[in-house]
Amino acid sequence: MSERPIIHIEDLHKSFDEVEVLHGVSLDVYQGDLVSIIGPSGCGKSTLLRCINCLEILDSGKICVGDVSLSRKSKQVHPNPRFEEHAHQLRSQVGMVFQAFNLFPHKTILENVMLAPQVVKKESEAYAEERAYQVLKKVGLARYSGRYPASLSGGQQQRAAIARALAMTPRVMLYDEPTSSLDPELVQEVLQVMRDLDAEGMTQVVVTHEMSFARDASDYIVYMEGGRIVEIADEDEIFIAPKDERTQRFLKRFR
Amino acid sequence: MHRCLIAVILGVFMGQALFAEPSGSSGSSGPKELRWAADPNSGVPYVFADPKGAIIGFEVDIIHAIAECLGRKAVFIGNNFDCLIPGLRRGLYDVVINGLPLLPTGSPGVLYTDPYFLSYGQLVVRQNETTIQHFDDLENRKIGTYRNWKGGISIKPIEGLELRRYAYEVNAYEDLLHRRIDAVLLDFPESAYYTALIKGLKMVGPPLGNLEYGMVVSDDHPELLEELNAAIKILTQTGVLQGILVSWKLWNPRMEAWLGPYTATEEQTAHYEKTIASQNTDTADDGRVVRYIGFLPILLEAAITTLLISLLSMLLALTLGLFLAIVRVYWARPFSLLASMIIEALRGTPLLIQLYLIFYGLPHLGIKLPPILAGILGLGLNYMAYEAENYRAGLIAIPKGQMEAARALGMSHFQALRHVMIPQAIRIVIPPITNDFISLIKDSSLLSVITIVELTETYTQLANAHYDFLGLGLIFAVLYLLMGLPFVLLARRAERKGGSRVGIRGAKG
Ligand SMILES: Nc1ncnc2c1ncn2[C@@H]1O[C@H](COP(=O)(O)OP(=O)(O)OP(=O)(O)O)[C@@H](O)[C@H]1O
Ligand SMILES: [Mg+2]
Repeated sequence: MSERPIIHIEDLHKSFDEVEVLHGVSLDVYQGDLVSIIGPSGCGKSTLLRCINCLEILDSGKICVGDVSLSRKSKQVHPNPRFEEHAHQLRSQVGMVFQAFNLFPHKTILENVMLAPQVVKKESEAYAEERAYQVLKKVGLARYSGRYPASLSGGQQQRAAIARALAMTPRVMLYDEPTSSLDPELVQEVLQVMRDLDAEGMTQVVVTHEMSFARDASDYIVYMEGGRIVEIADEDEIFIAPKDERTQRFLKRFR
Repeated sequence: MHRCLIAVILGVFMGQALFAEPSGSSGSSGPKELRWAADPNSGVPYVFADPKGAIIGFEVDIIHAIAECLGRKAVFIGNNFDCLIPGLRRGLYDVVINGLPLLPTGSPGVLYTDPYFLSYGQLVVRQNETTIQHFDDLENRKIGTYRNWKGGISIKPIEGLELRRYAYEVNAYEDLLHRRIDAVLLDFPESAYYTALIKGLKMVGPPLGNLEYGMVVSDDHPELLEELNAAIKILTQTGVLQGILVSWKLWNPRMEAWLGPYTATEEQTAHYEKTIASQNTDTADDGRVVRYIGFLPILLEAAITTLLISLLSMLLALTLGLFLAIVRVYWARPFSLLASMIIEALRGTPLLIQLYLIFYGLPHLGIKLPPILAGILGLGLNYMAYEAENYRAGLIAIPKGQMEAARALGMSHFQALRHVMIPQAIRIVIPPITNDFISLIKDSSLLSVITIVELTETYTQLANAHYDFLGLGLIFAVLYLLMGLPFVLLARRAERKGGSRVGIRGAKG
């Protein structure tokens, strides 16, 4: 492929308290891809996503999203003084959806969606509201704009969280187990929103335990274990004939 | 709307009181002022509040006569008895006149004038008491006196005598009536007044000890001492002093031995009878009600002082407390450590000591705050520590995901605090903050030690002067309740509104 990747990760290392959690991860994601990251608990999937979004600061390696690039030689080197500025630019291109939704409970759904565009992008109230209704309509929540998060179902809350991220017009969406705290009957409505976004050409990276979604919806699947990417494969390859034996072992449980 | 109101109140209040020393020592026009101080609670007949709240008493009359003699204008500054001398040294006023007897030990930093009154200890017992005729009869008896009574040092100890020291003289007489003690030993003036005011008490025995009342000035002003001594001399020579003492029924054998015989005029006797009558609340009920209505202006003024000081202190505590909490929770180690040290220091020391430090201590470092400002600062800083802890509890009760979500949306740390964290923390801390505000209103009564006349101070003044602790006590209790009530209701409403949103399931998992 000659096209430049929209996410480019190179030899990413990250440790917590001297324990290395990511041992040199490299990954390219291209415009419009829907990538699923799977792997056993504790293998570093969340940490990888959080590094991409600078919620965690990388120890060493390189992360590029769009035109913003962040790199660091080693943990001993202080991040360069403009690091925080770059991190901020990077965050504004990346939307993030959490397992626990993390909606702001003291604000209505509409206010949740409008807040960041007004505060961060200094959009006018009228414009932010118009945009908020657009994204809420996209996730099917326009009717609920005046409600507080606590009065919505989990699936609705997660869709609102997606709308909130979309309102910042990100180039990339990251999801960390977006359906894991949902009752089973609510999972599909969230996954459907992600499929719709994929159809519109949004680039999405999803950490998930929903194997059927990973298989059916993603363009390819990244299998991680022990802080490394073990296998990157087409959904059919990985489910039907995984090359790596660790992948085989992991997927056996889902057959 | 609310902000406007607060701003207006602030403006008016600050303009009037905050930046003025209590004297209002603007006096560039008119005669030079003689700023004099006493504890308006020191009781009848020294310096006390009449039913309209005016300060009267024999020492008031004397200092006015002296000021007139010196061609100066007497200006009264009330202060807590224990703080009279510190206030003098701090330059709050020029002279203290408050039944202070010359001490053989001397007092550092101050000078005593020649005496203006010769007093002595006088025993008071119940009317029907027969066994106590003399001080020597007090063996194995309980007697009461004033906490700081200076006469005690010249009286020889008696076997088995139990001495109880009261914060207010009046309470000693009260306990005597209720048979908790057998006698009260106090200065002659109080003994004379309270035996006249309270039925069922009488004076017994000869004069005890020797107390010479002098006025006190700072040793920085020996020239004032000279002037005052000269004025006292003139007053005794012209008979003005004698007249004042007689009109307060304070003429006694010692005075006669000093200044020769003096006979009271009818007018002077009538003056005394009138004062006693007007102070006595123990009359018919409708008379009492009329008197209470007469108290209203003073009550209102004191209530407003209390409320405004409380509001401003709380405002200070809430804003600084929030900042301190943020530093403690989010800033790097040296800062957060400093913040927690400040909090602990302020929580761990008594408010009273903090007030003394700010008002009487800081002037030694050249920082001289007016009373109201010192009071707001003292209360505000003390409560700041508690509010900081409340906020901190609120902030750490918010799920970690909230901050992360805000940051992930591109908000800066400050923006996340301002729009996401603090609004949620405030909803969490409304109940404890309301609690604290109620106790702040009550704690503001400590401000009497820095010359502020707030509600409790007014209560003790009136109750002491009128010997009416029950009726006035109930009225003041109701006043305090009424002041706190609106805030409790307001908080309830805010809680109800916020509570339904920041709910049980703000964040799952
Ligand atoms: N803030 C942190 N401090 C210390 N250790 C951490 C921290 N966050 C994660 N870890 C550790 O890093 C490792 C990887 O964690 P991570 O959350 O990335 O795993 P994961 O693949 O997302 O697992 P799961 O499927 O359970 O969510 C784990 O061993 C975890 O204990
Ligand atoms: Mg995880």
